Amino acid sequence: MDDTICAISTALGVGAISIIRVSGEEAISKVANLFDGKNLNEVKSHTIHYGHIINNGEVIDEVLVTILKAPKTYTKEDIVEINSHGGISTTKKILEILIANGIRLAEPGEFTKRAFLNGRLDLTEAQAVNSIIKSRTDLERKLALNTLSGKVSKKINNVREIIVELLANIEVNIDFPEYEDALEITLENLPPKLKEIKKELESLIEEGKIGKIVENGIKVAIVGRPNVGKSSILNALLNKNKAIVTDIAGTTRDIVEGEVELKGIALKFIDTAGIRKTKDVVEKIGVDKSLKVIDESDLVIHVLNNNETLTEEDQEIMEKIKDKTHITFINKSDLPTKLKIAKDDIVKGNTVDLNGLDKLKDKIGELFDLERINNSNLEVVSSAREIGLLNEALNSIDQALNNVSSKLPVDMIAIDIKKAWDLLGEITGESYQDELLDTLFSKFCLGK
Amino acid sequence: MIFMYDLIVVGGGHAGCEAAHIGAYLGLKTLLITANKNNIADMPCNPSIGGTAKGIIVREIDALGGIMGKVADRTHFQIKMLNNGKGPAVRSLRAQADKVTYPKVMLEFLNSTPNLTIKEGMVEDLIIENNKVKGVILNDQSKIESKSAILTTGTYLKANILIGSENTPGGPHGEARSNNLSDNLKRLGLDIQRLKTGTPPRIKKESIDFSKMQEENGDNKYYTFSFDNPPFYKINEQQKCYLLYTNAKTHEIIRNNLEKSAMYGGYVTGVGPRYCPSIEDKLVRFSDKERHQLFLEPESIYYDEWYLQGFSTSMPKSVQEDMVHSLEGLENAIISKYAYAIEYDALNPLQMNTSLENKIIENLFTAGQINGTSGYEEAAAQGLIAGINAHHKLKGLEPLILRRDEAYIGVLIDDLVTKGTKEPYRMLTSRAEYRLLLRHDNADLRLRAIGYHHGTIDEERFNKLKEKEALINEVKNILRNNNLKLNAETKDLLTSLNIEIPSFSTNFYLFLKRPEINMGIIKKIIPLDYREDILEEVEIEIKYEGYIAKVYKEAEKAKKLEEKLIPKDINYDDILNLASEARQKLKDIKPISIGQATRISGVNPSDIAILTVYLKKKYDK
Repeated sequence: MDDTICAISTALGVGAISIIRVSGEEAISKVANLFDGKNLNEVKSHTIHYGHIINNGEVIDEVLVTILKAPKTYTKEDIVEINSHGGISTTKKILEILIANGIRLAEPGEFTKRAFLNGRLDLTEAQAVNSIIKSRTDLERKLALNTLSGKVSKKINNVREIIVELLANIEVNIDFPEYEDALEITLENLPPKLKEIKKELESLIEEGKIGKIVENGIKVAIVGRPNVGKSSILNALLNKNKAIVTDIAGTTRDIVEGEVELKGIALKFIDTAGIRKTKDVVEKIGVDKSLKVIDESDLVIHVLNNNETLTEEDQEIMEKIKDKTHITFINKSDLPTKLKIAKDDIVKGNTVDLNGLDKLKDKIGELFDLERINNSNLEVVSSAREIGLLNEALNSIDQALNNVSSKLPVDMIAIDIKKAWDLLGEITGESYQDELLDTLFSKFCLGK
Repeated sequence: MIFMYDLIVVGGGHAGCEAAHIGAYLGLKTLLITANKNNIADMPCNPSIGGTAKGIIVREIDALGGIMGKVADRTHFQIKMLNNGKGPAVRSLRAQADKVTYPKVMLEFLNSTPNLTIKEGMVEDLIIENNKVKGVILNDQSKIESKSAILTTGTYLKANILIGSENTPGGPHGEARSNNLSDNLKRLGLDIQRLKTGTPPRIKKESIDFSKMQEENGDNKYYTFSFDNPPFYKINEQQKCYLLYTNAKTHEIIRNNLEKSAMYGGYVTGVGPRYCPSIEDKLVRFSDKERHQLFLEPESIYYDEWYLQGFSTSMPKSVQEDMVHSLEGLENAIISKYAYAIEYDALNPLQMNTSLENKIIENLFTAGQINGTSGYEEAAAQGLIAGINAHHKLKGLEPLILRRDEAYIGVLIDDLVTKGTKEPYRMLTSRAEYRLLLRHDNADLRLRAIGYHHGTIDEERFNKLKEKEALINEVKNILRNNNLKLNAETKDLLTSLNIEIPSFSTNFYLFLKRPEINMGIIKKIIPLDYREDILEEVEIEIKYEGYIAKVYKEAEKAKKLEEKLIPKDINYDDILNLASEARQKLKDIKPISIGQATRISGVNPSDIAILTVYLKKKYDK
């Protein structure tokens, strides 16, 4: 049915061994043609074989090849895994040879898509696998595993149950109007019930913020006038802690200057245009650029100089970030105080003794309640798609409440309530949607 | 071979009458075979036509050229709009139809239908050649040839009447049952299931003390089911019904005798409906309820039997006596007919195509209780569609298939052929996900043009529809193009009606959207000399425009999946990786579209995804 695809399924440059995975009807025969060792067409399933990859008589690499025959494989198709240890360039070379021999390079997420389409994984599981692969911290893995084990679906289903009970009550009123068996749902007694559902949804969304933080980390923007010490703060933060991922182009969508882990959560410092440029270049952040950075971040650290008085520019920045989660960091506390400011959420410090930086991190931990996140069982929705659906469901319930005030009939308001129920069903995969599949699969990472 | 017909309809119940009428109307030489001509369109259970959702089905039948609504309009003695206090989507008519005149008027309608012959007889087998129906065989072994057949045998297949431990073979009203037809159908490869339903006792009028009960009157307004005739009744001549309740003593009698009932004594094998439970069922399932509602309804103005709605039971006669006598006002009641449960054979509806044609035997259609439904209206609706589609099949036309967003009839048939049923299927508004579109008021706007297209609605009725549509637009335009003038006169009027005066002038279209405003008030401000049904339609369409648009959008979205057709020659064994349960269900049900496939239980979203990908690859080239 499907053609044969291949991809490097380990992160490039990480670890000594890279695995190239090939899946599809011709996986075994095509690799066998390039393999010097046992005849792979004749070996048993789930066996490993030592040999060499040969191309036009030239030995490319010494490899171990795993043969996995359908259907007991990840994609339910024949799979060959080539374990190469020749580093990035050799691995890439093998991939090129495979492609030259008529095996197609897999699209992002295609292995998982095949696993799903071949009935190996359900939708939520497929999504969770994707998250596990991408996870970098323990918390992230825990979150993804909870999704995989259905704990999150259970929570959603609890809310669906409350909704469906209400709907059933309304339906009974309509279909059996002369019977007094059921409570008559009216415009008077409906709002408290809707508010209960609203509360449940809001708490799922609120918890979802934890999930989002665990999955995506906290995006931090350090802003301030030139020469207040933004880059030295960033450097101090990055140097003192081990950076998880450095600036490898293409590893993340955002341009991240660097990441540090704080209580299991990734703090991602987003590029604030030239923050890390050498000091002899005049640092100048355009208003547009800084606004955009502020807009994209989850946290803004506004740096002020303890040794200078407050300028108009400082106040301009303060005005712009007043609605964002932010911390004002007064740098250069080792120099004489000239700055006069009365404000909450102030941390003082300098980059010489690092004491203030620890306080800054404590403050971040406090603001994002990282303690709670660490103690959370992480049975929360986390993907943007799910949180989006939760918000839509909440929206529907709000509309229902509005329509109660407009005195529309209960049986019509039931349409809004039913909509919320359907939206939650989409999260747990109880309803089929074309677009859902398309959006989901386009987000899967390359390889498994 | 005695005669050659285009269509033979087996059974003269509500499904059979509609099927025979519409088949003949469309020009088929039609024969209706019934065991007893006097029992045509018999109402063996409740004396009413309509009810929630069911009343809308009657309107739909009328909109498509059926006759149930016309007969009901001529023969009822009380009519009510149910759910009048709720939204327009769930309003539905219910009429107390006279059990004597309803069958009579129906027979008159059939007798005056050209191309239609009615014959008494009992069909016991079918003539089948190459999996195609060629006629029927009667119990006297005579054969009647025909090109197609519709089975509308109701509850008569191998029926047993159960009262306590008494078990008597026979259909309702002591009529003979059909002994062999269901076995013969089974022999032809059809899957048979056993279903059960029940009916409450009938009480002699003179033995009832109505003074202890609450009166239930008809509405103070004229209604008709049909779009084509005026009301035939007088509001103040409507008959009364009565409301009464069970009590502690009734419950005690029932509890003490539970094991004597056919149901709880284990004498019944059929599956009964959940929504229409026997009184003993209600007690067992809702044990904390202190009383249950009952209604007393006259069956006819020509005889003195009253129907005790809500008191269906399969208790022995002596217990029924005690139970009835425990009710307030029925202390001295004389039971003229005891309640009974009835068990009967029905076909598994999954064996039908959406056209109601059988999947195994060509040109054979089935409609009504034989398909596992319950209710006169559900039966009539299927009869109508089966009749139309038998005609279309013989003439080589595409079948009439109504979508779920077009009609309750569409919901009914789609549910039957997609999900099947394990209990007698009754229509409920909650089965219709687009019920806001499927209203009582707009049945003609939804379906008359479809009827016209399929030949069941004539030019005259179609022109009436066009005129109605034009008038609706006319009124909407008047409301759009005229502003509410906030002059002293208007202000005085609004003040006198206790309505807040708007702070600025708007057009009447927007003004009507306000919750406290209705067409009656608007008519006092601006002259609107139009028929009431026109004004009502405009009011509903404007007032609920937002919700209607929302549901319409949902329906449009779903329609896309309905339009993704699955080729008839698809081989599900070709599709690798379908879950085995899904594969089996798809093979059995043969959904016509991806939309229908999504509604099959056991077919999961991943199966649908696999199916969609397969279809794209195989057929989109």
